[in-house]
Amino acid sequence: MSDLPTAARVVVIGSGIVGNSVVAHLAELGWRDIVQFDKGPLPNPGGSTGHASNFIFPVDHNREMAALTLDSQRQYEAMGVNTTCGGIEIARKPERMEEFRRRMTSATAWGIDAELLTAAEVAKLVPFVNTDIVLGGFFTPSVSVVDSLRAGTIFRERAMELGALKTVAGVEVLDIEVENGRVQAVVTDQGRIAAEYVVVASGVWSPRIAAMAGATIPLTPAVHQMIDVGPIPELEATGNEIGFPIIRDMDTFCYERQTGGSMEVGSYAHRPIFHRADDIPSIKESRLSPTELPFTADDFDQQLEEALELMPDILSTAEMKYAINGLLSLTPDGFPLLGETAEVHNLWSAAAVWIKEGPGVGRMIAEWMTHGASEIDAHHSDITRFYRYARNDHHVRARCAEHYNKTYGIVHPREQWASERNIRCAPYHARTQALGAVYFQAGGWERPHWYESNAALVEHYGIEDRPHEWDARWWSPIMNAEHLAMREGVGMIDLAPFVVFDITGPGALDYLQHLTVNSCNVAVGRSVYTPLLDTRGGFRTDLTIMRLAEDAFRVVTGAFDGPRDAHWFRTHLPTDGSVTFADNTSAYATIGVWGPKARALVESLTPDDISDAALPYGSTAEVLIDSITVRLFRISYVGEHGWEVYVPSDNALAIWDRLWEAGQAFGVTAVGAGVYGTTGRLEKGYRLMGAELDGEYTPVEAGLARPKVKAADFIGKDAYLAARAAEPAAVLCTLTVEDHVSPRDGIARYMCGSEPILTLDGDRIVDGKGRVSVVTSAGTGPTVGKFLLLAYLPPEHAVVGADLLVRYMNEDYPVQVAVAGSRPLFDPDDARMKG
Amino acid sequence: MSGLRILVCVKRVPAPGAQITLTPDARAVDARNLAFTTSPHEECAVEAALQLVEAHGGDITVLTVGPPEAEEQLRFSVSVGVQHAVLVSNDEMAAGDDPDPQATARTIADTVRTLEAEGDPFDVLLFGNESADSGGFQVGVRVARMLGIPIVNGIKGIDLADGVLTARREGDAGFEVYRMALPAAVGVKEGINLPRYPTLPGRLRSKKAEVRSIASTTEPGGLTMVRFATPTVELSETVLLGAGASAAAAVVDLLGELGLA
Amino acid sequence: MSGVPFVVIDHDRGVVGDDTRQALAFARACFPELPIAAVVIGGEQPEPIAGADSTFHIRHAALDDYAPEAWGDALHELAVAQSPSAIVATGTERGNEVLAHVAAIADQPFAANVIEAAPGDPPGTPWRIRRLRWGGSLLEDARLDATLPILSCALHVFPNVLPNAAPDRDREARPGAAVVEFVPNLGPDAGRTRIVDRVQVAEGITLTTAPVVVSGGRGVGSEEGFAAIEALAELLGAAVGCSRVVTNQGWRPHADQVGQTGKRVAPDLYIACGISGAIQHWVGMQAAKNVLAINTDPDAPMVTKADYAVIGDLHEIVPAIVDEIRRRRG
Repeated sequence: MSDLPTAARVVVIGSGIVGNSVVAHLAELGWRDIVQFDKGPLPNPGGSTGHASNFIFPVDHNREMAALTLDSQRQYEAMGVNTTCGGIEIARKPERMEEFRRRMTSATAWGIDAELLTAAEVAKLVPFVNTDIVLGGFFTPSVSVVDSLRAGTIFRERAMELGALKTVAGVEVLDIEVENGRVQAVVTDQGRIAAEYVVVASGVWSPRIAAMAGATIPLTPAVHQMIDVGPIPELEATGNEIGFPIIRDMDTFCYERQTGGSMEVGSYAHRPIFHRADDIPSIKESRLSPTELPFTADDFDQQLEEALELMPDILSTAEMKYAINGLLSLTPDGFPLLGETAEVHNLWSAAAVWIKEGPGVGRMIAEWMTHGASEIDAHHSDITRFYRYARNDHHVRARCAEHYNKTYGIVHPREQWASERNIRCAPYHARTQALGAVYFQAGGWERPHWYESNAALVEHYGIEDRPHEWDARWWSPIMNAEHLAMREGVGMIDLAPFVVFDITGPGALDYLQHLTVNSCNVAVGRSVYTPLLDTRGGFRTDLTIMRLAEDAFRVVTGAFDGPRDAHWFRTHLPTDGSVTFADNTSAYATIGVWGPKARALVESLTPDDISDAALPYGSTAEVLIDSITVRLFRISYVGEHGWEVYVPSDNALAIWDRLWEAGQAFGVTAVGAGVYGTTGRLEKGYRLMGAELDGEYTPVEAGLARPKVKAADFIGKDAYLAARAAEPAAVLCTLTVEDHVSPRDGIARYMCGSEPILTLDGDRIVDGKGRVSVVTSAGTGPTVGKFLLLAYLPPEHAVVGADLLVRYMNEDYPVQVAVAGSRPLFDPDDARMKG
Repeated sequence: MSGLRILVCVKRVPAPGAQITLTPDARAVDARNLAFTTSPHEECAVEAALQLVEAHGGDITVLTVGPPEAEEQLRFSVSVGVQHAVLVSNDEMAAGDDPDPQATARTIADTVRTLEAEGDPFDVLLFGNESADSGGFQVGVRVARMLGIPIVNGIKGIDLADGVLTARREGDAGFEVYRMALPAAVGVKEGINLPRYPTLPGRLRSKKAEVRSIASTTEPGGLTMVRFATPTVELSETVLLGAGASAAAAVVDLLGELGLA
Repeated sequence: MSGVPFVVIDHDRGVVGDDTRQALAFARACFPELPIAAVVIGGEQPEPIAGADSTFHIRHAALDDYAPEAWGDALHELAVAQSPSAIVATGTERGNEVLAHVAAIADQPFAANVIEAAPGDPPGTPWRIRRLRWGGSLLEDARLDATLPILSCALHVFPNVLPNAAPDRDREARPGAAVVEFVPNLGPDAGRTRIVDRVQVAEGITLTTAPVVVSGGRGVGSEEGFAAIEALAELLGAAVGCSRVVTNQGWRPHADQVGQTGKRVAPDLYIACGISGAIQHWVGMQAAKNVLAINTDPDAPMVTKADYAVIGDLHEIVPAIVDEIRRRRG
């Protein structure tokens, strides 16, 4: 009975909260000829939106998610479907109270009103809570419940009023046509519709829809159990849909939320229960809806007991009237899956989005599709962030199984995954293992973070341990010792996770010039470090490019950004075949050799001239080590003299062994990524993509603008020029912590990152663009003898010597601006590195 | 009288409301996405028993003949207040074969005799009018006949006084009234009451309850399922009168055409 | 058992229900070559049952009003005496109940709600039948292996109109001649279950007799949501019905429920508001002469199966219809 058009500019598949939000924001940004459809009926097509709990707790440790949530809450409020009820997270265990102090800190950072409560104060707000088992609470007054179905209708109506949208219910997608890697059309049970863009906003069905186009949307439908218990006179007496604050019983991973006269109890505590998008029942086969599956009571009994324990007065006589295994979307890392898919041009994913961030995600996607970038940086949510090994069911299920029960968990910012390990190992992995490497995972690689075999150095250098378990978690004083050993002698660093792209062909230079801020037209054998910008002038990435020949460039980027960067390079390749892009990451291993004795060590192994004259700083050449040809690249991220040694993978074990054996005479130390990525880097003030650098900041603010701008045009140039012409709204600074002693318990504390920087009056610092000053990186500077923080500060605070505060675990510590801009704190003239 | 002794016979069936799909051999319902429940008439029979015991004292035994999974339905009955649970099963049922009505009735009658031999006789036997899935309309009658006690089907109201059970059955313009001296059996119809749901403590209690297991050895009867089939739906051509409130005029025109307005 | 097949006539104190004629058509379909005997249990001597070749009347004081056990006993006695080749009835509440009793007494299988049946060929071998399960949402092919086959036909599958007489047999020529009286020897227990009283409910429009039923489903959303439906029903002299989910939610009493486990209705017009049309509901109103669906989902089964449909929110449409009727009536 529908009348599906035969063509559209954009087809949006899905009418849940995300699809509806996307069509509204696209329409408002001027898009027309949008066609949206859903397999189910409107306004509730039967996806996860239809059975969502619809509550929003805005405090999140992650800036991107907090921003999306706050934006969403504002949008719900503007639509008149946001009911503020307040929410209390309660602690049963002492470590949860510590986590609440951390949440208070995040609340401060994002400007959200919040309060720590005693058990008695919890009972004042929610009298039926059994305070005998409650240690305290974290109260967010702005917690709200929303009407996500109504919001969806309003979104669609907004787009229709603009004449931009046609929505058709009851349309099933059968196929998505792709030609030359670009989406062409969607084939449905009601006909084919040609489309320039297709947005998959199909929730738990997204993997199935994307697969029709040969793309992957790595999520799994997972069960979230909830029951409805009632009637409860105390709740009926409120006369409201929701009259009491929502309770999150954090240590049992449950929540209790009033719905009229009933209490909804939901859980993230039960065993992970996963489904497959292809096996979800159809609407007709579903008793309730396809995403409200039969309740498996046995999985919920533990939660019943805990809910009874928490609210015995109201829950012991009420009846369980409704109970479901609700389906929602889980991703390997817990972040949404947004943006153009890695495989198919103009096929966009807007998946794995929960009610709390739906409207914000819609805006983000629409801006991204319109401008090439969004106001809120999508670094964590970008669907192209996954390596191939992470885009299949095995990986998705393994990781989701691991993090499902951490939904309400206390997750350390440095926490490492237990599942899906040893996926990618350096060719000399056995050697680092033998040295007692403690591996952190980077882009799937097992990367030594420090070596237990260096434990004796801790005493040698007199390095103190961190007294607080939280600060010492996923950390070791050995890292600081390795740092000092490297600065004193020579260190070998496993850099196998480096991502290597070889870009060749007659068009290679022009192609790269179009992408990079700094000129790639350097002499053969020279290199350039450069930002790559999005159209808005924010960072897309930063990386290093070596010119290996007139028409051959080697791009090296970090393990965490490899797939995103590869997508960026691939989507901008010219179609005339003049440029070839090859991802050679697996073909090479890289070993860093740095320190005052690095030159002596490498020279002892090669007959070739690697003197400063022959191979000055920033240059690269192939040399022999015995019979093996390696590429030396004279550069350093840790501020020391030395090289990145690029070795074909099959030679890498041999080269590791030769360097290691020859290094014994020079006292070589195996040095972990703790030094490379944190201590060494921070002493030099080097910026890291995803920490200091993201789409919301410009090279000018990051202190990475060169004196001159190259003549060639490049993406983001207009915005870059504008940023250069204006006073920067913020300056990236290096700060030192002046006193580590906690006012509360008198022990030294060490920040982990993302803490807010405050004025001496304890006020949050927000720059002229509305961005808040938070710690982007934190770590010890063992050589400078200070604990270092990087943070963007507005110009009035970005003054060397300025005194400020950092808030950590809800306590304030004095900090001082040591550097405003990019000058290194250690060896400011780069004498060690370049000399 | 020290209280009533009531037996309720229940059947595990897929929860109604969803389109039913079949396994490829069409010999069973595809249960992958199905919820299972107590057949609705029998859910009401359990509620009727609970109300009788609340009014008159006594205890309730719930009995099912079916696969081991039917323990879920027995425990559900316990969770709403039933005291005893008995599961009668055998290998064929465990493999998914639904026993025919004659075999089911014989099994129940044998089990009742066993249970009564161990203790007091049952005063009231409650059945569902018919099972939601197979709809045989006969198990209760067969059991009552085997046990020699009276039964009335289609009952939507039960009262008990002085050892006499008064049962009401819906007729065209009201209720038919039946009276039976105890022991008596009743085939209960949905609508007699609104069955209660378990409380949280009820559910937790039911987890720990003992479910007695008895092996069934009954021979099959004369009605044998061969295969299932899905009925073909006759699609009429729907006349669309319009969308939204603006269609009201067309609706009233239609009422006029049909001579109804 | 090679005698004439029995068709049990469902009647209430002598008033024969329309639906019972469906069993005559069913028996005729099963046994095109055999004469058919109607069996009237209890009451005064009936007129010969049109459409049957002969009529048995079982007469006994215990059978005057409906008494399930006694009716079963009496029918069984007649069967023992006559050896019918089968006993069939329409699958009404009473039809199924009486057949269940006969089957229990005779320890014979009983197939309820049959829609197709083929007697064993040669006689004595199992029947092949097709019957309804799940109130009609599923069909079951089965073997009926019986010395006395007992079957009820599903309601509204076979026509109420009389099957054509076989040309070689002139029933009209022998009216009344075939009423044969049979007096059973009922045992002392036969009277245990019988109607001892009848309670009339308030007069008025009933679901089962109303010419129009306005019915609401999940889409109505609440108890209060039925106000507009009641207003429309009042204007049309209609009864209010509902789907199972509505009674489960407690929005309407169970007496209003239409469907497999509720009432079966056959009005001139059934207006389904916010009812998706699950098969369990459909079987309760499929006999309606006209169906009008009001639903937001153009692909809901109720809409696709209805004769007429309005797409949209019932909360806007139903009040608009009420207003329009009032406007036209002035």
